[in-house]
Amino acid sequence: MSQMPSQEQIWRALQEVMDPEIPVLSLVDLGIIREVKVEGQEVTVVMTPTFSGCPALEAMRQEVEEKLQELGVPRPRVEVVLDPPWSSDQISPEGRRKLEAFGLAPPPVHRGDPEIMLNPVVPCPYCGSRRTRVTNTFGSTLCRAIYYCDACQQAFEQFKPL
Amino acid sequence: MTGQLDAQLQQALADRLLALADDEVILGHRDAEWTGHAPILEEDIAIANLAQDEIGHALIWYQLREDLTGRDPDETVYFRDASAYRNVQMVELPKGDWAFTMLRQYLFDVYERLLLDRLVASTHAPLAEAAAKIRREEIYHYRHTSTWVERLALGTEESHRRMQDGLDRLWPFAAQLFVAGPGDGALAAAGIFPDLSELQQAWEATVRPFLEQAELTIPQAEPLTVGRERHTHWLPILLGEMQVVARVETPETAW
Repeated sequence: MSQMPSQEQIWRALQEVMDPEIPVLSLVDLGIIREVKVEGQEVTVVMTPTFSGCPALEAMRQEVEEKLQELGVPRPRVEVVLDPPWSSDQISPEGRRKLEAFGLAPPPVHRGDPEIMLNPVVPCPYCGSRRTRVTNTFGSTLCRAIYYCDACQQAFEQFKPL
Repeated sequence: MTGQLDAQLQQALADRLLALADDEVILGHRDAEWTGHAPILEEDIAIANLAQDEIGHALIWYQLREDLTGRDPDETVYFRDASAYRNVQMVELPKGDWAFTMLRQYLFDVYERLLLDRLVASTHAPLAEAAAKIRREEIYHYRHTSTWVERLALGTEESHRRMQDGLDRLWPFAAQLFVAGPGDGALAAAGIFPDLSELQQAWEATVRPFLEQAELTIPQAEPLTVGRERHTHWLPILLGEMQVVARVETPETAW
């Protein structure tokens, strides 16, 4: 019987598993890891998808399994749940800072109703100006919208509120 | 939860989930046909996103059905012939022009949004959870397609004419969304799935005033009320294209 890693070790390791579409953001920053269960030799990570059509989910699931194997878990389990639905509010404060540094405007916090946040002022992640406008509510991935900054004349993307 | 459903309800729910999933996968495929061909780049990106969302939603419904029946989603999508599909005819019609595409998506989005509003209160927990998940994403669809319908309908003479032509063609087909299957009465009685005639009233109460204020005329045509087992000749053509890669693939093929 091998020594199973502790919950804390697993959470720390999951900080190193990045979202394949936003490589600066870990799955923990993204808020999609719901629970880590260690019961004897059984280790289960409970995850939830961001957008339900997100093709990165399978890749992330696989990377979580590989990471757990590196930690010495022989048969890691990844469980995917839908309830409660993921919201962009669950991105951590650290995650928001990383998004901004990456040039992706973080989603506004909406506390439950993303509909009211569809027309917010989105500050430019490059120059900080509020003179920006949305050019497309859909972007290069399901979770992004496209904006343009009239101050620094730079197109940028926003992580959409959900 | 599934253990609490008797065999009859389980069958009825599996049938309804297949209808939900087939609508979304076929509509998603039609939307995806615009990829690289949409009128402007922004819309090319938007419609590809809509398509991807709808196919993602289809997968959720197929997976819920798999929990009841053991049927694998990929097998269900790629290895069934048209006669076994349970989508409405509206979603299998060719993509047409941009007005037709946006109007079809709008009519479907309103239906889906009202349906999800009701499904979140389903007595069948997995269904309620899935609806809560999908509902948030649908906000973006509804906003996008309703904006386009309004703009084109109130735009130029040509854009208005195209939108009206689209409505003349689509309106009778939309009624089929609300045709109940054999098990739907039992599902509604058990609070698992909403009553379709009430849903239709809510849908009409939303789309009629919206289309009228966009200066479109709702046609007086006979509504399509056939069951979901009936299809146009467009579905086998669509499936031929959608399924060809999966069907020619040998077990040794690796992506």
